[in-house]
Amino acid sequence: MLNKLKEIADNSEKWLSQAGSIEEINELRVKVLGRKGEITQVLRGLKDLDAGERASVGKIANQVKEKLESMISSRTEEIKGEELQLRLSRESVDISLPGLPLQRGGKHPLTLINEEIREIFLSMGFSVAEGPEIESDYYNFEALNIPRDHPAREMQDSFYISEDILLRTHTSPVQVRTMEKLAPQLPVKIIVPGRVYRRDDDATHSPMFNQVEGLVIDKRITFGHLKGTLMHFAHKIFGEDVKVRYRPSFFPFTEPSAEMDISCVNCKGSGCRVCSHTGWLEILGAGMVDPRVLQFGGYDGEQVTGFAFGMGVERIAMLKYGINDLRLFFDNDKRFLRQF
Amino acid sequence: MGVSINWLKQYVDFDWKAEELAHRLTMAGIAIEGVERVDDDFILDLDLTPNRGDCLGMINLAREVAALTGSSIRLPEIVIKESQENINQYIKVGIDDPDLCRRYAARLIKNVKIQESPAWLQKALIHSGVRPINNVVDVTNYVMLECNQPLHAFDYNLLGNTILVRRARVGEKFTTLDEVERTLDNDMLVITDGSKPVALAGIMGGLDSEIHDATVDVLLESAWFLGPNIRRTSRKVGLRSESSIRFEKGTDINGVIYAVNRAVMLIQDLAGGEVARGICDEYPVPRKELQVTLRPERVNYLLGTELTPSLMRSYLEKLQFPVKERKGDFIVNIPSYRPDIEIEVDLIEEVARLHGYDQIEPGLPGGEIIPGGLTPFQKFRDEIKNIMSPYLNEVINYSFISEENFQRLLLPQDSNLRNVVRIANPLSEEQAVMRTLLLPGLLHNVSTNLARKNENLGFYEMGAVFYPAESGLPLEKMRLGAIVCGHSDVNWTRHRVEMDFFYLKGIVENLLWKLGLEECEFIVAKDSSYHPGRSAVLKYYGDELGVIGEVHPQVLQNYDIKQRCCAFELDVEKLFAHKRTRSMVDRIARYPAVERDIAVVLANEVTAAAALKVIRDAEKELLKDVVVFDLYAGEQVASGYKSMAFRMTFQSMERTLTENDINSSVNRIVERLQKDLSAQLR
Repeated sequence: MLNKLKEIADNSEKWLSQAGSIEEINELRVKVLGRKGEITQVLRGLKDLDAGERASVGKIANQVKEKLESMISSRTEEIKGEELQLRLSRESVDISLPGLPLQRGGKHPLTLINEEIREIFLSMGFSVAEGPEIESDYYNFEALNIPRDHPAREMQDSFYISEDILLRTHTSPVQVRTMEKLAPQLPVKIIVPGRVYRRDDDATHSPMFNQVEGLVIDKRITFGHLKGTLMHFAHKIFGEDVKVRYRPSFFPFTEPSAEMDISCVNCKGSGCRVCSHTGWLEILGAGMVDPRVLQFGGYDGEQVTGFAFGMGVERIAMLKYGINDLRLFFDNDKRFLRQF
Repeated sequence: MGVSINWLKQYVDFDWKAEELAHRLTMAGIAIEGVERVDDDFILDLDLTPNRGDCLGMINLAREVAALTGSSIRLPEIVIKESQENINQYIKVGIDDPDLCRRYAARLIKNVKIQESPAWLQKALIHSGVRPINNVVDVTNYVMLECNQPLHAFDYNLLGNTILVRRARVGEKFTTLDEVERTLDNDMLVITDGSKPVALAGIMGGLDSEIHDATVDVLLESAWFLGPNIRRTSRKVGLRSESSIRFEKGTDINGVIYAVNRAVMLIQDLAGGEVARGICDEYPVPRKELQVTLRPERVNYLLGTELTPSLMRSYLEKLQFPVKERKGDFIVNIPSYRPDIEIEVDLIEEVARLHGYDQIEPGLPGGEIIPGGLTPFQKFRDEIKNIMSPYLNEVINYSFISEENFQRLLLPQDSNLRNVVRIANPLSEEQAVMRTLLLPGLLHNVSTNLARKNENLGFYEMGAVFYPAESGLPLEKMRLGAIVCGHSDVNWTRHRVEMDFFYLKGIVENLLWKLGLEECEFIVAKDSSYHPGRSAVLKYYGDELGVIGEVHPQVLQNYDIKQRCCAFELDVEKLFAHKRTRSMVDRIARYPAVERDIAVVLANEVTAAAALKVIRDAEKELLKDVVVFDLYAGEQVASGYKSMAFRMTFQSMERTLTENDINSSVNRIVERLQKDLSAQLR
């Protein structure tokens, strides 16, 4: 009987080592450990032995049974593992093939830049104000201290609808509109994004373009605040390492007026084609709100002061995205739009 | 304008190299665009702001340099040998319109010899971009460049003994130096010989009285004309000259005499001749001294600085502005050559720019930060862009279009969309009217892209359209438009989506769903720009939100588009008005859902919407959802009919549904379809 047990154990081990599938192992399990299996038979035969032999053979038989059970289960795990490995290797794909092309859309680069500019000023407590694209001469010029026949009108050749109505040449009219709405509330802290129009069409001018205007009015607003606010903006949008400088300029609705330059983002200030070899790029115009404009808006220039600024969104986008041709913005070529 | 450094050095001393000078001037607000070396000289490219027209004169520019170096300028000394004959014997000056001509001075030089100018003078003019002509004319130009005072030289013998400055008569004809006959009007100022015009004041002289080789007696004009009037006239006649540019920006009324004397002196030097004694100087109302008070504390208040009053005063004195102190304030006499300075802030800017903008400490406004933010409508527009952008590329088109588009869009003659806001002075007919809809721009985008072999397009745009108003400003309405054509990009999975009507409708439905407007109905449209069988108006409880459809083939042809295109255009303000916040309306059932499919044959005229409505109405309690999952027309179905298959989902909140429950529901649905729509079960 012991021989029989040894034989069963040997045969089973052999079988197990040769078995290549779960099915074969199950077959073995039935053959050896099943209700009519070989070990079961041996255990059943124990009753014919005498008591002493029964105990020792029974013990060995149980040991063999336990051993076989554990071998079967570990071999089962092994084979499951092998089968999984096999499946995984069969299922491998060329992961370099492109993904399913969901139609790729996107925002226009000017929208993206506008959003970026807006976020910076929103975080500084600004609100967004808007106004009509078709404006009255009063808001576009008169109330901004640009009377008829003022040479500054030359800077902005306009599209007229009638003698007194025109396509706004800048977003500045919203300054006065907002002041009229809010006066005498303080502070006024707005930016004004929007389309503007000038009668100019060549490689560097588009008859329609986008501006972002800004206006801050409060007690004790200073030129230093203008510098600090716009410097913060320049650093946020072009990086902390850009250098900023201010030089005197002229806008009829601000006094003193300033132009803000940043160190060239292309050559870092050493001089290149982008900055006309000056190392500096003109980014925006700004200034302290002219007291006459404050008065048009319903504020007393002795009691409150303010600063205003304006920038061309296309220019910022061109510098930021390395776009070399203004016309691309309104050409709407798919190959251009898809890059953003 | 080009400025010769050698010339500038006649009036002021400085050690700076050309680049350094350019930088200093730029940082003081006199922008130098570039520096060019020419022979032994450097030419600065001056880019002046409109308020600093004074710096178009060398001497005034020298004043700026002197203010920066802390030195003072040298004015050329005037030495004139006058003859015994008094000018009054020869000429009488009258001003009829002193509102436009506040001062008119004249001097006479007899027996000059007209010839070429010496090399130094020619060179000076050429460096400044002015063409040399002859010694007398060149001197007038030279002095203009030097003093910023335009002068005019007449041939005295062609003029007569009278100068009368007056407004032109309506329709009066006059031929300017450039041999163009001009028709004048009553708003223009002319210099006359008492009867006929001899010069268009401040802009250009007349052909009949110009200096020529045989001129012997020269009458020099030095005058002050009102800038805005010169500007207006110059625009009207389409003529800008070095002279008009200067008068427009404002010249120095008290510099009139110095300039004419300077010119007389140079002419005498270069052309000989005898200078009649005296000056004819009509100056009926002399300029009042302008005094502006500068409060030192106001300077620091506005700039955010702590400059001492004495430092401020030193800057004003560097500019040679006479300053008096009164009770701590400065009373500043504004020189007549600086017409840009009118009020206190103008002086504050002078202090700031001489101090240096870069010397002012930057800061941030104090006080509590009131959180800024977007209005609900601004956020809404962002939301729409966020919803559209994954599928379509945003475009930005010009707000003006060609009126021809309305024809191309097959709009009826009485269409409201033809009622446009028209630009009075468009750059071209292509940009002559403000758009009343976005579709033309979008079709143009497709057309140009296809022409460049950019296939498979999907664009959207959000922007204003414009309509005339009864009074006041035109109306501006925010629109959302989109256009698609072609299919999704070719790829190896062979998975490809046609961008057809239903693709675009899906985009719209997705938008409506996200805005809580899924109850919006699509109703067959009658819009002449769209395919009559493939377009719909969107209605939300009766309010028309916009239109969607395949663009009419004739319209596509008019835009030179050889592919089908689908487009929509929606009213953003209406979407905003109806927008609802989504809320959870369906509880999550704990009992299983059961799906059942049926296919029915329906007459072609029966719409999916009608069938779905019948199904939903037939089983309101247990039917959770129903979708069309197949549509078939062809051999298997009689002509005039189609087979439509529906997948229905049944579920109860209370219990697990039995086979009986579901069968009775399906039967009821089929019965209703048969009864209401003459449907046949397949």
